[in-house]
Amino acid sequence: MSAIGQDIPRRDGYAKVTGTATYAYEADVDNAAYCVLLQASIARGQVSEIDITEALALPGVLTILTPGQVEKIHQVDDTELYVLQDGEVDYRGQIIGAVVADTPEIAHHAASLVHFSYHVDEHDSTFSPDRHDLYKPDRLGTGEPTDTKTGDIDAAMRKAPHTITQTYTTATNHNNPMEPHATTALWQDDALILWDSTQGVHAVRTTIAQVFGLDTDQVRVICPYVGGGFGAKGEPHPHIVVATLAARALPGRPIRLALTRAQMFALVGYRPPTVQHTRLAADEHGTLTGIALAAVNQTARITEFTENAGSPTRTMYAAPNRATSHRLVVLDVAVPTWMRAPGECPGMFGPEVAIDELAEALGVDPIDLRVRNEPEVDPDSGKPFSSRNLVACLREGADRFGWADRAPRRDGDWLVGTGVAASVFPAFTMQATAAIRYDQGRYIVEIGAADLGTGAWTVLPQIAADALEVPLEQIDIGIGDTTYPRASVAGGSTGTATWGSAILTAAEAFRDKFGDDPDDGDEMEGSISKPPFHEDYATYAFGAQFAEVRVHADTAEIRVPRLLGVFAAGRIVNPRTARSQFTGGMTMGLSMALHESSSLDPRFGHVINHDLAEYHIATCADATNVEAHWIDEHDPHVNALGVKGIGEIGIVGTAAAIVNAAHHATGVRVRDLPLTLDKLLPGLP
Amino acid sequence: MGLSGFRAEVGFRVDGEPHTLAVDTRSTVLDVLRDTLGNTSPKKGCDRGQCGACTVLLDGRRVLSCLVLAVTAGGKDILTAKGLAANGRLHPVQQAFLDNDALQCGYCTPGQVCSAVGALDEFADGKPSHAGDVTAEPELTRAEIAERISGNLCRCGAYTAIISAIEQAADA
Ligand code: FES
Ligand code: FES
Repeated sequence: MSAIGQDIPRRDGYAKVTGTATYAYEADVDNAAYCVLLQASIARGQVSEIDITEALALPGVLTILTPGQVEKIHQVDDTELYVLQDGEVDYRGQIIGAVVADTPEIAHHAASLVHFSYHVDEHDSTFSPDRHDLYKPDRLGTGEPTDTKTGDIDAAMRKAPHTITQTYTTATNHNNPMEPHATTALWQDDALILWDSTQGVHAVRTTIAQVFGLDTDQVRVICPYVGGGFGAKGEPHPHIVVATLAARALPGRPIRLALTRAQMFALVGYRPPTVQHTRLAADEHGTLTGIALAAVNQTARITEFTENAGSPTRTMYAAPNRATSHRLVVLDVAVPTWMRAPGECPGMFGPEVAIDELAEALGVDPIDLRVRNEPEVDPDSGKPFSSRNLVACLREGADRFGWADRAPRRDGDWLVGTGVAASVFPAFTMQATAAIRYDQGRYIVEIGAADLGTGAWTVLPQIAADALEVPLEQIDIGIGDTTYPRASVAGGSTGTATWGSAILTAAEAFRDKFGDDPDDGDEMEGSISKPPFHEDYATYAFGAQFAEVRVHADTAEIRVPRLLGVFAAGRIVNPRTARSQFTGGMTMGLSMALHESSSLDPRFGHVINHDLAEYHIATCADATNVEAHWIDEHDPHVNALGVKGIGEIGIVGTAAAIVNAAHHATGVRVRDLPLTLDKLLPGLP
Repeated sequence: MGLSGFRAEVGFRVDGEPHTLAVDTRSTVLDVLRDTLGNTSPKKGCDRGQCGACTVLLDGRRVLSCLVLAVTAGGKDILTAKGLAANGRLHPVQQAFLDNDALQCGYCTPGQVCSAVGALDEFADGKPSHAGDVTAEPELTRAEIAERISGNLCRCGAYTAIISAIEQAADA
């Protein structure tokens, strides 16, 4: 029986429900010292003076790292990693020092005794799409062009009987994985070990080796478990450099460094706010003649980041006249990064609400409107889709949800409505190598992959078992360690497809060489490098999300009693972990829709609600009924496994579905996230 | 002020094991468990009483261990999710979390588990919650469970499954 497709419990489940799975801070080392970061309290300028006398005098303080007083390191592409080399301050909250002490209490106490003086330069932290200094980045982070244009969108808008021209905005969101970023670092015998909370051990190794001018052989990165990442642990952040600086200053002494929750609002990235000028043009039947999205987001002076919010508009719907663009505002703020479904997640908010607005204007069902505008081929590239089952998702979702009888209603004091939106996320593969070894009746599969809660510990053995045609129980798996072959970062929903493909290749090579009756110690590697089929096909996963929203008629309190998604995401390796991925994404989408907003105070350049009391995320009471389904999709083109990623698509479209449902319930159209009651209240019937 | 100024001796039990140790008077139960005793089952998600990851059972009641100073825990019984699985046998709540895949990254999970155990005990004791009519006999509906477990954040969004797990454990 095939192991792929089986409902297999998590291999790491026992360790996680008992708390015995060890995360980065918890690495089993003796005699650890504790490192606490010091952060700039200005948004731009230079550190002019530092007084560490009092702090250093505290018994138990081992060392204090300050700008210019640490070893010289190398500049790499990510300029933010050039830490503590000079006293320049590029944003408020930037690392300008660190204290290392025998206990965390002493380290925190000492940190409070270090005093900085600054030369303060004027800063600019005010985000607005109307600024005159917007600029066009060279390319998007995905490698796609910054702008696209086909036909004449302006002419289409002038000629069309029905148009929508609206501006939609998404708020700044912070990834906030439950496990704060942490590193335990040990420099010993000319070698560095980092237990680091990361989405990619090999990426951390490569970068840290470059920063410190080490051979990659001298650096080992270990990360068996990650307490969530959602993009914020996709690339090394400056604190890893600090932990390494501290470890090298104190050879033989393991250094534990964990960010505080507040520090995570400055140091490990966030989804920047986006403004999306959206235009739709349609004929009297609702066939789109034009679609356009112009996106603006903020980026940081120190490192550029473009949120590719225009990407999904390029692919979703057919229309002869199309345009997308991306512009940036450079500010003295912390550096943005990927957050779950970068580009698609915010970028499907504007267009999917706009489609709802168009459906309303035309008096047609929003599902029918989407079906009417299904493209034959990818409108952007002209390539055929390897598979595209958006319509099937919409139809099945409509059935399961009970879309047909959707008239808005009043239930006591509550106004009840329903909404729908589409989801999309590209299906890519990256590069990876896997090794398979045979030992005493067991196959040991090793790959430097990561499990952020995604299920890699469980699904990779399923793939290996089928590839080797042996029972699942005979497979052991090792991930999260650079002693295993190099694997790509867990990001962009590429993990299972990439690592699984590498395992597939390794298994084929293994069986070619050793047959099905190997000897102890037989071992083979296999790699996947270039995505095999993307040349010929546009490869995407699709989905449809349905929301029921209740709005209190007097207070405008908003509840989401029901969220239902149907996805078309290729072959599902493990329905149990897949369901968690989908519903988890949808729950985070609900959180984005109703709660999440980081408030930046332009006077100081920092996020003021930098904790979990004031940066609200969804709680259990917000998400009591989130349901995910998928259709059987056989995609022979996407990759040899027929697998598309599923970690991100669940968050795409959720916010639009909820906003559309709130409009259906109340008649009030909210175009800026989050959907809070103050925005609905003035318009309630 | 020297180190000695911040030291006090305290004794308590952790997962059934007695410990007597000199703790920093500024240390929380959470930090003593994790940094001194090496019991990293309770997690630190915020250190401010805002996330629930550090939840343990203190004399049978769920508490946020990041908000309890270790010096105040003298003579107490501290039970972590690790200790709930006595002799390698999962507590019914833990088994239910596994059965329902009510976890992903696992970082909030030990806290969720301890909190669920505490919540079910509170419910059994007739303690009301905000979810329903506080004067009526409480019923363990999904909304009731959700309300009682809402102090435990899960960024992976396992909530729907967490409610199902607690329902299952309550029926066991
Ligand atoms: S760590 Fe105690 S509540 Fe968050
Ligand atoms: S399982 Fe990851 S935070 Fe709950």
